[in-house]
Amino acid sequence: MNKSINISTDQLINYLLHLADNSLIMGHRNSEWCGHGPILEQDIAISNIALDLIGQARNFYQYAAIPIKQSTNQPINLTTEDSLAYLRDTREYKNCLLVEQPNGDWAQTILKQFFFSTYQYYLYQQLQNNADDQLKAIAAKALKEVTYHVRWSSEWVIRLGDGTDESKKRLLRAFDELWMFTGELFEPASYELNMSTDFILMKEEWNKKVCSVFEEATIDVPVEKKWHQSGGKTGNHSEHLGLLLAEMQFMQRAYPNSEW
Amino acid sequence: MIDLKDKQAVNKIWRILETVTDPEVPVLSILDLGIVRNVQLNGDEVEIYITPTYSGCPATDAINTNIRMVLLENGFSTIKITQQLSPAWTTDWMSEKGKEKLKAYGIAPPHSKQIVCAPDSFQKEEAIQCPQCNSYNSRLVSQFGSTACKALYQCNDCKEPFDYFKCH
Ligand SMILES: [Zn+2]
Repeated sequence: MNKSINISTDQLINYLLHLADNSLIMGHRNSEWCGHGPILEQDIAISNIALDLIGQARNFYQYAAIPIKQSTNQPINLTTEDSLAYLRDTREYKNCLLVEQPNGDWAQTILKQFFFSTYQYYLYQQLQNNADDQLKAIAAKALKEVTYHVRWSSEWVIRLGDGTDESKKRLLRAFDELWMFTGELFEPASYELNMSTDFILMKEEWNKKVCSVFEEATIDVPVEKKWHQSGGKTGNHSEHLGLLLAEMQFMQRAYPNSEW
Repeated sequence: MIDLKDKQAVNKIWRILETVTDPEVPVLSILDLGIVRNVQLNGDEVEIYITPTYSGCPATDAINTNIRMVLLENGFSTIKITQQLSPAWTTDWMSEKGKEKLKAYGIAPPHSKQIVCAPDSFQKEEAIQCPQCNSYNSRLVSQFGSTACKALYQCNDCKEPFDYFKCH
C-alpha cells in the first residue's frame, strides 16, 4: 500500500479537515451535556469522551495546518488549529451529517455516539497502518480512546433496548431519527479516495457490530433500509451545523484573536 | 563522537526533568509517566521529545510550560519541545517507582497486561486491588473518572471509592 501515489496536497488537507471536523463537531455536541448528564458518572463519562474527541480534532488540525501554510491556493488566515476551528464557515466544514444532529434525549445521544464511535473504531484500525506516518500516529493513539467509547456506548444501547418499555421506545425513536445519516459514513468523498481505506470492509465490519449489539439489545430494526441522506462531507449541511457554529465560534468572531 | 560536556549536560537535563510533575497527578514526575522520549542538544538548543498521554489531555500544555520554566531557571535558554506522536504512549511505559507512588497516593496503578482494551460490551472486569485495604474484591463504577486517565472503582470490602489509572 502506497499512499503517496496520486495524493495531492489539497486532497490531504481536505481529508485531514474532514477527520478533524468529524471529531470536533461530535465532541462539541457531547460537551453540550456537560453539567446536564442524567447522573454524575454519566455526565463525567460524556464529558471525557468530548475531551478525547476534541483532542483528536486538535491533532488533525495541527497536522493540516502544516501543508496549508506551504500551499499557495489555501486561505492564508487559516494556518493554525484555532483559526481552522473558529474561522471557517458552514460550507467549509466537511463533517458528516450524523455528528451535527442535535443530541435529543439520552437515547438519541447514545445511539449517535454508538454509530459514530463504531465507525471511528474501524476507520482508525485501518488508518493506524497508513503509509503517512503522522496520520498513522494520530490514529493509533485515538484508537485506544475510541475503544472505550465503543464499549461505553454499546453497553448503553443494550441497557436501553433491553430495559423498560419507555427506554426501548426512545431507542427505537432515536433509530428512526438517525439511521438515515449512517449511509454517508461509507460513501467516500473525492478526498477519501486513494487514502488506502477499504470502505467496503469498513461497512461490513460496522454492520456486523451494529447488528450484534442490536440483537443483544433485543431490538429488531430494518438495518437494510436504503434511504440515506448525505452531503455533509462536501459542505452541504443541515441547518443544525450553522446554529452549532454560531455558538462555538461566537467569541472569536466577536473578539478576533482574543485569548485566555 | 559525543562530547563529554554534552553528555554531562544531557544527564543534568534528565535530572531536572525528574522534578517536573504531572499537574493532574502531582506525585508522578514526567519521567515516572514515561512521556519524555528523548533529550538532545543541538548546539545551544535543548530539544525535548514528549509523547502525550491522551489526545485531549489538558495537562500536556501545562507540562510543556513547566519544562520550559524549569530549564530556563537552570540556565538553558533555547528550548524546543517536540511532540512525538509515534509510537503512541502506553501505560506500560510508566515506571515501577511511579506505580508504587500512585498506590501510596490512593490511585490503583495500571495493570501491566492490557486485557480490557477491547470494544466488547460487558466484559468480565479485571480484579483491581483497592489501594486502601489491598482487597481485590472491587467493582467498576464507571470507565470514565475525574481525568482522562482514570476509571472509577469501589471496594466491596472497605467500601471506599477509588480511582484506577486505566490501561491505555
Ligand atoms: Zn478496600
